[in-house]
Amino acid sequence: MQTLGMPHGTLSLFYIFHFYLFGLIGVISALLFVTRKSPVAAALWLVSTMFCLAAMYILLDAQFIGAVQVLVYAGAIMVVFLFVIMLLNLGQGEGIDVRGVGWKIVAGAIGLGILAQVFALTRAKTPVNLTLPQGYAAEQVAQHGAVAPIAAPLFNEYLLAFEVTSILLLAAIVGAVLLGKQKEARDVA
Amino acid sequence: MLPEALFFSAVLFVIGVFGVLIRRNAIIVFMCVELMLNAVNLTFIAFAQVYGVAGQVFVFFVMTVAAAEAAVGLAIIIALFRHRQTVNLQNINLLKG
Repeated sequence: MQTLGMPHGTLSLFYIFHFYLFGLIGVISALLFVTRKSPVAAALWLVSTMFCLAAMYILLDAQFIGAVQVLVYAGAIMVVFLFVIMLLNLGQGEGIDVRGVGWKIVAGAIGLGILAQVFALTRAKTPVNLTLPQGYAAEQVAQHGAVAPIAAPLFNEYLLAFEVTSILLLAAIVGAVLLGKQKEARDVA
Repeated sequence: MLPEALFFSAVLFVIGVFGVLIRRNAIIVFMCVELMLNAVNLTFIAFAQVYGVAGQVFVFFVMTVAAAEAAVGLAIIIALFRHRQTVNLQNINLLKG
């Protein structure tokens, strides 16, 4: 990456422009996603948000996670959502599904509260001795490729978590099949 | 780019919270939860650039859990729909079957 070794203030204009561009498209898509009446339109706007997030991951030197974001989130998970919408024939949206003014005020207040908290957190000073040198992540990717820097801790430090995740996925598959079975079939079994 | 990424992450998370609170369609509420997970992932990635690659490993686990959660949650929604013929949360207000 061309920003390698540069201090924070001198990131290229190209980089900053695209980061803000994808961020803005993502936020606008998310707003459209929340306000659409039809579940299909909402799901497709959410796919747009996820693509923008993948682009932002790549700009933040996480190329592998960006690819996985497109494959798993925009690809697999959202296809499952669209499949369920199609299966239950909910494409038109059923009646009024937005709550009343009272709920909107409460939601706005809670949203502003969380936003204020998160902004307060971003102003916290980060300990300098914990931070990596500027451009370290990009350097790692340039030297070892995009996958190796993630694979090494995944299969050493986090091996137990990785194995537990496989059990979690197995449990989720069994649970989904059990829940998805017809009730009569489950009574017989 | 840490402050900018945290800003976008916070905005996306709040949009997700807003969606969960104002929508009644169970599938859209569920998609809002996914949006919140994605917003947190963006925070992890932004911090991974500054504090080391562990953040990216965490995102990997979050994605796995999100996939498992989507499978089970959608199965629950299908089971609810079979029972009540609707996914409107206003009509799903009993804990007993």
